[in-house]
Amino acid sequence: MSEPSEAGRFGEFGGRFVPETLVPACQELEASFREAWADPIFRGELDSVLREYAGRPSILTECHQLGARLGLRLVLKREDLNHTGSHKINNVLGQTLLAKRMGKKRIVAETGAGQHGVASATAAALLGLECKVYMGAVDVERQALNVFRMKLLGAEVEAVHSGSRTLKDAVNEAMRDWVATVESTHYCLGSVMGPHPYPWMVREFHRVIGDEARQQMADRYGSDPDVVVACVGGGSNAIGIFSGFVDTSARLVGVEPAGGAAVGRGQPGVVHGMRSYLMQDEYGQVLEAHSVSAGLDYPGVGPEHSYLASIGRAEYPSVSDSEVIEAFQLMARTEGIIPALECAHALAWIVREAPSLQGRTVLMNLSGRGDKDVGQMMEILGS
Amino acid sequence: MIALEEHLRACRERGRKILVPYVTGGLSGWEAAVRAAAASGADAIEIGIPFSDPVMDGPVIQEASQRALDDGATPVSILQSARSLDVGVPLVVMCYYNTVHHPGHQRFASQLKDAGISGAIVPDLPLEESGPWCEAADAAGLATVMLAAPTAPDERLPRVCARARGFVYSVGLLGVTGERSALVHTATALAARLKAVTDVPVVVGVGVSNAEQAVEACRVADGVVMGASVVRRLLEHGPDVVGDYVSEVRRALDGV
Repeated sequence: MSEPSEAGRFGEFGGRFVPETLVPACQELEASFREAWADPIFRGELDSVLREYAGRPSILTECHQLGARLGLRLVLKREDLNHTGSHKINNVLGQTLLAKRMGKKRIVAETGAGQHGVASATAAALLGLECKVYMGAVDVERQALNVFRMKLLGAEVEAVHSGSRTLKDAVNEAMRDWVATVESTHYCLGSVMGPHPYPWMVREFHRVIGDEARQQMADRYGSDPDVVVACVGGGSNAIGIFSGFVDTSARLVGVEPAGGAAVGRGQPGVVHGMRSYLMQDEYGQVLEAHSVSAGLDYPGVGPEHSYLASIGRAEYPSVSDSEVIEAFQLMARTEGIIPALECAHALAWIVREAPSLQGRTVLMNLSGRGDKDVGQMMEILGS
Repeated sequence: MIALEEHLRACRERGRKILVPYVTGGLSGWEAAVRAAAASGADAIEIGIPFSDPVMDGPVIQEASQRALDDGATPVSILQSARSLDVGVPLVVMCYYNTVHHPGHQRFASQLKDAGISGAIVPDLPLEESGPWCEAADAAGLATVMLAAPTAPDERLPRVCARARGFVYSVGLLGVTGERSALVHTATALAARLKAVTDVPVVVGVGVSNAEQAVEACRVADGVVMGASVVRRLLEHGPDVVGDYVSEVRRALDGV
C-alpha cells in the first residue's frame, strides 16, 4: 500500500480537518513518524518489544472442524493471542515509543470496547507515561471488566456523557483534551482514522499483521489465500491484514455491523479530522451507530477503506447482530476459541457466504479474544 | 448583508473596541438574545449552528447545541429565522465543516447569502484545507474568518492572516470554549503577535469570560468574542439577561 499524498489524502479521502491549535502538532507528529520509521534504531526497538513483550509473531490456526462444516479452508490469524488480547497492542507500542522519542510525558486515548484503552494503559505502564482514557458512558457500563483492567494498569478512565455516549463521543472528548494539553501530550488514536498522519501511521504499525500472514500462508500452503476477511469499525485490524495482500489477487472483505455500516450506508463527510464515508442525516449531523459490539459502534470508517471501496479493491458488506451472536457461539463450540464480538462479524459473513466460497482458502483476522464479551453474552443468551 | 470587515474597521477607526457575542442558533430564546445583544452594543454577532460533534466546544456550548438539536434545530431552520432578524449589525455563522461540506460549498454559501449572513467561522477547517470553501465564500461576497492559535509558529501567522476576511479570530488559550477564572497570558501574547503582522482586525475569543477579561484582552486586541458566558446566561436566565450582560461589557470596553 502506498503513502497518502502530501495533503494526507487516499484518493479523495483523508486530509487534516482539525482545529488550528492542533495543526502544528499533527505536522510535528508526521515529521517525527517519518523520521523514526526510516530509522533502523527505532524499527529495531519496536521489533524487539513486539517480539519480547507482545508475543509476535502471532500464529496461524486452521479451523479444521469449522472449515469442513462450511466446505472451505478457514485459517485464522491469531491476533487474539497478543499481549492484552488483541491487535491493538501493535499500534500502541509504536505510538508510545514514538511519543517518548518526541519527549511527551502523557498520552490520551479513546476506547470503545476497551481493547485500545487496555493496550494504551499497558504500554503507558511499560514506558512510564501518564495515561488517560476516554470511554463512552454506555461502553463503561457494558465493558466494566476492561474499565477495571485499565485502572489496575494505572490509567485514569473518564466516562463520557455527551452525545451518543459511545466511541464517537469518546473521540470528541479525547480531541478536546488534546487541544488543551497538546504541548505535553500525545493523542494515541486507536484506529486508522483521524487527521493525517494517523490513518497512515496506524496502518504502518499494523502492517506487521499482513506481512507475517503472507509469509506464513506461503510457508504453510504455498499460496496466497483466495479471500481475506476482517471486521471493520474504524478499520485498523482490517487495514493491517489487507496491507499484506493488497498486491495479490486475493479478494479483500471488510465486514461492518449493520447498525454502523459507514461504507455500506454512509456518504462522504468530515468528522474527527478526516473526510471519509460517514453515517449522517440530511443536514450532515453524524448519526449514532448501533451494534452489539462496542468496538464497532462507530459511524465513520478510516479514509483508506473509503478509498479501497471507491476503487473497488475491497468490499464492505454488513452483518446483523443476530448473525454475529450465532457466529460467536459457533466458533466457541467447534474450535474452542472464544472470539471478540468484533471478529465474530467477520466469521458471520464467512458463514453466510460459505455456499459461494466452497473449496476456497479464507484467511480471517481474529483480531481479539472474547473474554471481555463473556458478561455481555451471558446477559444476551441467559446462563 | 453588511460587509463585515468594512464595518469592523470602521469601529476600530472610531476608537471603538469590537464586541462580538456568540449565541447558539436554535436554542430557546436565541432570536430575542440576538436582538438584545444588537441593541446593547454588539458590533457583530456570531450565530452558532449546532453540530452533533462539536470538538472545539466545552460543556456550556455543548449543552446548548444538544438542546437546540433536541428541539429540532437544523441549519436550514436557523438560517430561515436569521433572514428576518435584521438587527443592523453583521451576523456571522460559526459552524463545523461537515455542515458546509454536506450541502456543498457553493450551495452553503448561497444559503448564507440568502439569509443575510455576512461571514462564516469554521473551527475545524484549518488553512491547508480551506481553499475550496474560501473560493466559494469569496465568490458569494462572504467573509471567512480564520482562526489563529497560540501553537502556531511565527511563519504561519502571516499566512493565516492573509487568508482571513472580516477579522482574525485569535484563540485565547489552549483548549475548548468555556469560562475561565482568569484571562491566560497567551491571549494577549498571541493578539500582539497577530497585530504585528496584520492590518485585519484582531479579535480574541475562547476563554474571555467577563467584562474585566474583555478589557484586559482589548488592551492589545481590537476586540473580543464572548461565547460561553453569553450562552450560559441564555440557558439559565433568558434573553433579557443576555442584553444586560452585553451592555455591561460594552460599558467596560468603552472605558478602555
